[in-house]
Amino acid sequence: MSVTPATSRTAVSPFGISFNGVEKRFGSFVALRGVSLQILSGEFVALLGANGAGKTTLLRIAALLASPSRGKVQFTVGHGSGDCSDPGEAKKLIGMVGHSTLLYDELTAAENLSLFAQLYGLDDITARVADSLQACGLGSRTASLVRTFSRGMRQRLAIARALLHGPRLLLLDEPAAGLDRQGLVWLGTTLEALRKDGCTVLMSTHARNESLDLATRAVALAGGLVQHDSGPGGDPRPVLAALRAEA
Amino acid sequence: MSTTRAMAILLAKELRLEFRTRELLSATIVFALVIVVLFSFAFDPTAAESRRYGPGLLWIAFLFAGSLMLNPSFAREQTNDTLDALRMAPISAFAILSAKMLANFIFMSLVELVLVPVFSVLYNVSLTGVAGRLILVLVLGTIGLTVTGTVFSAISSHARMRELLLPLLLLPILTPLLIGAVEATASLLVDQPELDRTWVALLAGFDIVFLTASWLLCDYLIEE
Repeated sequence: MSVTPATSRTAVSPFGISFNGVEKRFGSFVALRGVSLQILSGEFVALLGANGAGKTTLLRIAALLASPSRGKVQFTVGHGSGDCSDPGEAKKLIGMVGHSTLLYDELTAAENLSLFAQLYGLDDITARVADSLQACGLGSRTASLVRTFSRGMRQRLAIARALLHGPRLLLLDEPAAGLDRQGLVWLGTTLEALRKDGCTVLMSTHARNESLDLATRAVALAGGLVQHDSGPGGDPRPVLAALRAEA
Repeated sequence: MSTTRAMAILLAKELRLEFRTRELLSATIVFALVIVVLFSFAFDPTAAESRRYGPGLLWIAFLFAGSLMLNPSFAREQTNDTLDALRMAPISAFAILSAKMLANFIFMSLVELVLVPVFSVLYNVSLTGVAGRLILVLVLGTIGLTVTGTVFSAISSHARMRELLLPLLLLPILTPLLIGAVEATASLLVDQPELDRTWVALLAGFDIVFLTASWLLCDYLIEE
C-alpha cells in the first residue's frame, strides 16, 4: 500500500507501528530480548524503564536507524488495515527527537530547519521555517548559529526540526531534557495538540515529566523485555503511579 | 526526491559549513605547503632533479594532505549525531555519500590550485605548455583520492583511533592511483612532453571501479 507523503500539514494518514519479537544485539550484549508490541495509530505511549532497559534501542529501531538482529518491525497505515513496507515512504511520516540534537552547530537555526525542510521535499519552506521557529520560541534567534544556543534552546530547535515535516509517528527520547519551565509548557501544549490531531507518539521519559499525563498507554521495559503494558485502551495510570512512587 | 536533488542540497550544506569555518581547508593547504617546502629543502631542486622526483613529491603531498582533509568528513557528523538526521530523511544513502565526495573533490581541487603553482616555482618546473593535460591528470587523480578517501572516512568514522586508521586503510589502497598519477605527471615534465595514455587509463579505471563500488555499497557504508 502506498503512503500519503507528508508534504502538507493537512496530511493526516493514521500511522502505527508493530514490533514482532524484536531482538537487538551489540556484540555479546543483548539490548532487546524479543520485544513484541503493537502500537496503534493515534496512541500516545509512554515508554518507561531504568537506564539500559532498551528504550533508546527500541526508538532507534522504530526510526529505522538500527536494524533488529532478529524479529520484524512493521508500519501500519490507515486504521490497522495496511502495511507500509517502503522505508523511504515510512521515513516521510516519522519524526524523532533523540539524545543528541541532530543539528549542525555551525548553521543558524533557520538554516538547520531549511536544510531538513528541503530534504523532506516540503513546500513553502521560508514561511514554514519562520512559523516553526516562532512556535518554539526562537523567532528572535533565527539568524543565530546553533553553537551560540543554550541547551534548552537547542532542545526546542531539535523538537521543531522533528515536527517540521508533520510526522504521523513521533519518537521522543527524553524530549524534556534541558527545557526550562516555559519550554516544558510549550512541549506539553505541542504534544497535546499532536495527540488530538491523531499523531502516534512513542515517548521515552522519566517519571517527573508532566507530559506523561498525556499518555494513553504505558509500556515499561526492563532488561530488554516488556515488563508492564497497560495495553491499547487500557488505563496507564497505575503503571505511571508506580513509576512515580519509585522515583 | 531524486538522488541528484538531495545531493545538491547536501553539497550546499557541506560547502556552507566549510566556507563558514574554513578550518579544514586552511589546515590542509598549510600542511600541503609545508610538505612541498620541506622537500625543496631536502633535495636540490634543479630542473633535472625536479623532473625525476617532482611528480612523486607532488602526489605524496596531495595524498598526505588528502588523508588529513578526508578524516573529518564523516567524523564531524558525529558531533550531534547529524548523520542520524540525514539517515532518517527520505533520501538515498548514495546522495549523502556522493555529496561528501563532491565536496571533498572541490576542497582538494582548491588545495591543488594553491599547491601546483608553488611547486612549479619552488622546483623550477615550467607547466605552461602542459597545463591542460596536467589538469586532466589532476582531476582523474583527485576523483580517485576523494572517492576512496570518503568511503574509508565513512568506514573509519566509528573507530576509536580513526585519525590513525584512515591513513592506514587509505594509503595502501591508493598505491595504484599514486603510481598512475606520478607516471602520468612525469610524462608531462620531460623535454618532449606527451601524456602517457596507459597511465591515464589506469587512473580512469581506478575512478570507475571505486565509484561503482561506493554506489553498490553505500547503504552498508552509511548505516549504523
